[in-house]
Amino acid sequence: MNAPVLTRSPLARPRSSRWARRVTGALAFAALVEIAGRAGLAEFLPPASEILQRAAALLFDEGFRAHAGTSVLAWAIGLAVAALVAVPLGVLFGSVPVIDAATRAIVEFLRPIPSVALIPLVALLIGTGLQLRVTLVIYAAVWPILYNTMYGLRGVDPVARESLRSYGFGRLSVLWWVSLPSAAPFIMTGFRLATGVALILTVSTEIVAGRGEGIGVFIYFAGIAVPARMDDILAGVVWVGLFGVVVNALLVAAERRLFRWHHTRVGGGS
Amino acid sequence: MLEIENLTHIYGGGGPSAHHAIDQLNLSVAEGELLCIVGPSGCGKSTLLRSIAGLITPTGGRIKVDGELVRQTPDNLAVVFQDYSRSLFPWMSVADNVALPLRRKNMDKKRRREAAAEALESVGLSGAGRKYPFQLSGGMQQRVAIARALAYRPTLMLMDEPFGSVDAQTREDLEDLVLKVRGHHKMTIVLITHDIDESVYVGDRVVVLSKAPAHVVADLQVDLPSPRDQINTREHPDFVHLRAEVGRLVRGQPVAH
Amino acid sequence: MTRLGGALLRWPLLIVLVILWEVATRAAGSAFFPPPSTIVTRMHALWFSGPPGRLFLTDQAVADILPSLGRMAGGLAGGATAGILLGLALGLSSRAYDYLDGVLQFLRAIPPPALVTVFLVVFGFGMRMQLAFIMFSIIWPVLLNTADGARAVEPLYLETGRAFRLSRRERVLRIVLPAALPKVFAGLRLALSLSLIVTVFAELLPGTTNGIGFQLTVAYSMFNLPAMWAGIVLLGVLGYLLNEVFLVVERRVLGWHHARETAGA
Repeated sequence: MNAPVLTRSPLARPRSSRWARRVTGALAFAALVEIAGRAGLAEFLPPASEILQRAAALLFDEGFRAHAGTSVLAWAIGLAVAALVAVPLGVLFGSVPVIDAATRAIVEFLRPIPSVALIPLVALLIGTGLQLRVTLVIYAAVWPILYNTMYGLRGVDPVARESLRSYGFGRLSVLWWVSLPSAAPFIMTGFRLATGVALILTVSTEIVAGRGEGIGVFIYFAGIAVPARMDDILAGVVWVGLFGVVVNALLVAAERRLFRWHHTRVGGGS
Repeated sequence: MLEIENLTHIYGGGGPSAHHAIDQLNLSVAEGELLCIVGPSGCGKSTLLRSIAGLITPTGGRIKVDGELVRQTPDNLAVVFQDYSRSLFPWMSVADNVALPLRRKNMDKKRRREAAAEALESVGLSGAGRKYPFQLSGGMQQRVAIARALAYRPTLMLMDEPFGSVDAQTREDLEDLVLKVRGHHKMTIVLITHDIDESVYVGDRVVVLSKAPAHVVADLQVDLPSPRDQINTREHPDFVHLRAEVGRLVRGQPVAH
Repeated sequence: MTRLGGALLRWPLLIVLVILWEVATRAAGSAFFPPPSTIVTRMHALWFSGPPGRLFLTDQAVADILPSLGRMAGGLAGGATAGILLGLALGLSSRAYDYLDGVLQFLRAIPPPALVTVFLVVFGFGMRMQLAFIMFSIIWPVLLNTADGARAVEPLYLETGRAFRLSRRERVLRIVLPAALPKVFAGLRLALSLSLIVTVFAELLPGTTNGIGFQLTVAYSMFNLPAMWAGIVLLGVLGYLLNEVFLVVERRVLGWHHARETAGA
C-alpha cells in the first residue's frame, strides 16, 4: 500500500535477461547430456549432438513425417470433437442446476476411469486404426474441458447477470453477453489442459496398439529393435516434447492476449 | 537507545528510475520513549522503519540500536506491520502465531505456550488462542500481532501504521491498548503513522518528516497530562494546539507563532 | 440446487441409470456390451469371493489389485516427495528457476508414455522399471506447482519471519512450505490421476505379469468381454475412492485456506 517494492521481484527483471537465462539453462542441459553420453556414464544415452542430429535428419525422413502426421491428425480431430461436445455440455450443466444434479452421477462415475484402461476394449470394438486413437483422445480430453466450463459458468457474478436481466434481456442473451464471456478464460484453461492429456493418450494408444502409423509406433519399434535405437527414441521424444511446449506456449499467449481483463482482475496470481 | 545518523536511502541504484526515499535523516530516541513519526503519504516512513528493523540495508548513514550498528534485525526488536492479514500466518492458530518467534529464544514448548497465553491475555484476547486468524475481526487480528510482539519481550517495538486498516472505534481502542501495554512492559516504541491526531494522542514526542526524500522537519515534545483519555485529552487546549501545528508541518505550511 | 438436494438426487438417479443400462444391454444382447449384472457377477467371482479372513479377496485379487496399488503408491510417494523437495529448492532461488524454467517446461511437455521404451532399455522389465517410470511421469506437475507456490509467497510473510529473526530453515519449514501448500496440492491432484493412467499403461505393456492392466490384456487376448468390463469398472471404483481419500486429506491440511477463501478474506 504505502511501502515501495522491497523485495527483489523476479518479474521486475527485464524479459530479455530471463530469456537469456532460459537459453543458457537449455544449453547447459544439452551440454550435460553430451558429456554424459560421450563419457559413457550411461551406456544407453547417446550424446546430445547425436540426438539432435538424428532429430534434424528425421525431418527429411518421409516415413517419420507420415508417423508424425498421423499422430497430429488423431490428436487434432480428437481435441476438436472433445471441445465441440464438452463446451455445450458444460454450458448446459453449469447453467441449469437441475440437469447438473441429474447428470452429476454419470459424470462422477465415468471420470475416474483411467482412459488408457479403455484401450483394449475399444480396440476390440472398433479395431486399432486412427479411430481408436481419436476415440480415446476424445474420452480423455472431454473431462478437463467439461469441468472447467462448468466451473467457469458457476462462478459468473450474479450481479452482472441480474443487471443485464433488469434491462429486459432474456436468459439466452444473458448467457451470450455475460455468462459465456466471463467463463471463457476457464474454458480456455480447460482446453489447454486437454491438449496435454490428448497428447498422452495419442502416444499411449499408439504404443499399446503397436501397429499402423504414429509417433508412438515409431518410438515403440525403435525400442524393441535389437539393439534398441536409442537415438531414434530420443529424437522422437524431442519432437513430441517440442510439440507440447509450443502448443502450450501458444495457448498461454492466447489466454494472456484475449483475457487480459481476467488476469488483472485476479491479480495475475493464478 | 536508538540513534540514526545521516540516514540516506535510494531505491533503484542511481538509474533513471531511482527513487530517493530518505535524505540525511538524523534522529535519536531515548530509552522508554514512545516516539511517533508522522509525514505525508509516500514520504519514506516505511523505508525508515524497515531500515531500523534491518530488513533493508540503507544506501548511506548509520543506525545504532543499544549502541550496536544495525546490520541485520537486532535482538530484542519486534515489528508490528500495518497489514495484519498478511503478517499473521493463516495456516497457524492464533497461539502458534504468537509463539512462533519465541523459537529463537531457547524456550521449551511449554514455556512458549505460557508466554503466548500471557501475551494474548494482556491484549484482551485470552481464550482466542485456538482460533485461526481468519475467524477474528480485523481489530482482533491486529491485537494478535501486538501480542506476538509483546511475547517476544522486545526492548524496542516498531509499529508501521499499525491501525491504518481498522475502523475508527477499533482504532481508538488499539491506541489505548498501546498506551496500557507500554505502562506494563518497559520498552521503547517507535510508531509510524500518517494520522496527525493519533501521533499527538499516543506519543511522548512527535517527529514530522518532509515529503520524499524524507528528512526531519520538526521534533516536538508532547506534554499532555497522563493517563490520556480519548475524550478529555482530545479536548485539551494543548492537544488542539499541537495537532494544528503538526498538521501545518505535515502539509508544509509555515507555523504560526 | 442445494448440496443436500444434489446428493439426494444422485443415488436414485444412478440406480435408475444402471437399471436402464441393464435393460438396454439385455435387449441388445451384444457380446461386446454385457449387462451390468453380468459385470458385477464377474467382478465378484474374480476378486471378491475369497474367504472372510482375507476380507473376501481371492488369490486373483491379490495378484491383480495389490500390485497395481503398490506400484501406484510407491511411484506416487517417491515422485511427490522428490517433486516437493526439488520444487521448494527451485522456488527459493529465482536465479535457478530462470535457468531451469525452459528445460523443465520441455520435460513436462513430454507425454510420459513416449519415454517408456527408454525406461525399458535402462531397467529391463519389472517392478524397478515401472516404479521409475511412474515417478518420472508424475514428478513434473508436483515440482512446477511447488516451485510456483514457493515463488509466490506473500513478501510480508517472509519479512515478518526475518523481523523475528527466524532461521532460514525455520522460514522455509514454517512459512514458505505452508504458504505454498495450496499450490502443492493442486500439483498432487494432477499427479494422482496421472499416476493411475501411467500405472495401467505400464501394466498393459508386454513383459508384465500381474496387475489390473495385465488382467485387461489377458481378457483382451482371450476375447473375454465380461472380464474386461469388470477390470474397467474396478479401475473406475479405485479411481473414485482414491480421489475421495485425497479430498479428505486436502480438506484437513488446507482447512485454513478454504475457510479463508469462503470468508472472502
